[in-house]
Amino acid sequence: MIKLKINGLNVSVEKGTTILEAAQSVGFPIPTLCHMEGLTPYGACRLCVVEIGTGDRTKLVTSCTYPAEEGLVVRTASERVLKARRMIVELLLASCPQSKTIQDIASKLHVTQQRFRQEHEDCILCGLCVRMCKEQMMAGAIGFRGRGQNRSIGTPFDIKSEVCRLCGGCIYVCPACQLRCTFTEPDKAICGGCLNLSPPCVDKDQFHDMMCYMDPCVACEIKED
Amino acid sequence: MEYTDIQDIVDRYNQIRGGLIGMLQEIQARYSYLPEDALKVVAEQTNRSLVDIYGVATFYKSFSLKPRGKHLCSVCLGTACHVRGAPKIAEEFERQLGIKAGETTKDNEFTLETVNCLGACALGPIVVVDGHYFSNVRTSRVKQIISEVRDGLDKVEVKTDERIFPVEVSCAHCNHNLMDRVNLVDDMPSIRVTVSFGRKHGCIRLSSLYGSYNTKTEYETSENEIVNFFCPHCHAELTGATECGICGAPMVPMIVRGGGILQICSRYGCKGHLLDFSGVNV
Ligand code: FES
Ligand code: FES
Repeated sequence: MIKLKINGLNVSVEKGTTILEAAQSVGFPIPTLCHMEGLTPYGACRLCVVEIGTGDRTKLVTSCTYPAEEGLVVRTASERVLKARRMIVELLLASCPQSKTIQDIASKLHVTQQRFRQEHEDCILCGLCVRMCKEQMMAGAIGFRGRGQNRSIGTPFDIKSEVCRLCGGCIYVCPACQLRCTFTEPDKAICGGCLNLSPPCVDKDQFHDMMCYMDPCVACEIKED
Repeated sequence: MEYTDIQDIVDRYNQIRGGLIGMLQEIQARYSYLPEDALKVVAEQTNRSLVDIYGVATFYKSFSLKPRGKHLCSVCLGTACHVRGAPKIAEEFERQLGIKAGETTKDNEFTLETVNCLGACALGPIVVVDGHYFSNVRTSRVKQIISEVRDGLDKVEVKTDERIFPVEVSCAHCNHNLMDRVNLVDDMPSIRVTVSFGRKHGCIRLSSLYGSYNTKTEYETSENEIVNFFCPHCHAELTGATECGICGAPMVPMIVRGGGILQICSRYGCKGHLLDFSGVNV
């Protein structure tokens, strides 16, 4: 057993447990986006940052990938952590404002504005769909391609993958809700399982019935074409 | 296209963990790019999903999924070369070749690309063509570089190149001298050996100048074919245990007069060769 201290509380966990699991087991909430039980931790979204260490030697780490260590001191909601999380959410909103998942996380963290240039990406590269496809569906039809600015998720050579069974697992886990494996032939996809497919309040004049409780709602910046 | 040799490449690297990049590099060296079907073969043979291979192939800039020209021309646009005027050089290349960076000429001769720092900043602006470095390039030299490349950079100036020296060799089995003083190659006595490939049998004369690849044969041999070498005196096959560091074909050993062993690659057209003086008391 490994003993560590989370927010002043002594916790003991099995070896190999991550800080995230340890914190959740004693009821401290940590927001996550790219983490999902049953998939290997990937650490892409950075939302789950926590502060570890004491004195002035503290640092931020992603709790979903950091294994618990003997004697570790963790703070899940210190000023520094909250500040970092809010910034991350703002950045996520800046790239993917239409995502209901991101909007919900934002409102929980009381983020009501984002200060960056608004973009309308359809992917935040969290890798959930890639891991879903590979680890749960045993297909490996989609994956990361390219690097840096050109990094994207999709099938090799942008053609329909031979190993894709149209299971829809990728759409199910996608926080930005994009059709992946079949996007070259979207009409053949089995879809409809995901209610988030249409952005909640884009295309409305008044945002009375928006699904998020943010005000003003960032999703309302309609894509200009 | 046939992808049988991809099998060999994959087999050679499959034991090593992390051999994927090596495989892809070698496939690219063979085909000048990574053909889609080749990636499929690699995925199948390595038990990985195609998308993993594709991810690696698209991650690294040096891999290309599009066919490339015979000559790859990389102009450095790194910081140091940039301040020394590399953008002008790149422009000049684009104008002379009539293509934009990242494109290939219509005749499939040249592919032009820009890179970020080749690690020789002090010599900038740097241009690399087929592994040959050109330093301190001025716009006026661009035309000359292109024509030099068209003529073939590997052509060795036998008379002026000091890296070239003559060797005298004999058979590793019977120790019979292999030199042919009547038929000259490069104006020097040639090395005469018997070769067989496919169903043909004949004699080949190699240049005795170490570093020159000139030969004289009665037959047209196709590039990339592995040829068996025999001693014309004792008729024993000249084989050793070593493999060519470039292409993996078996090396052909010969004894150098004065001590040492000369090894040349048995693949026709491959330039692998080495001179081994280990075990010689000087
Ligand atoms: S949940 Fe930990 S980095 Fe995304
Ligand atoms: S900047 Fe060109 S070699 Fe470094």
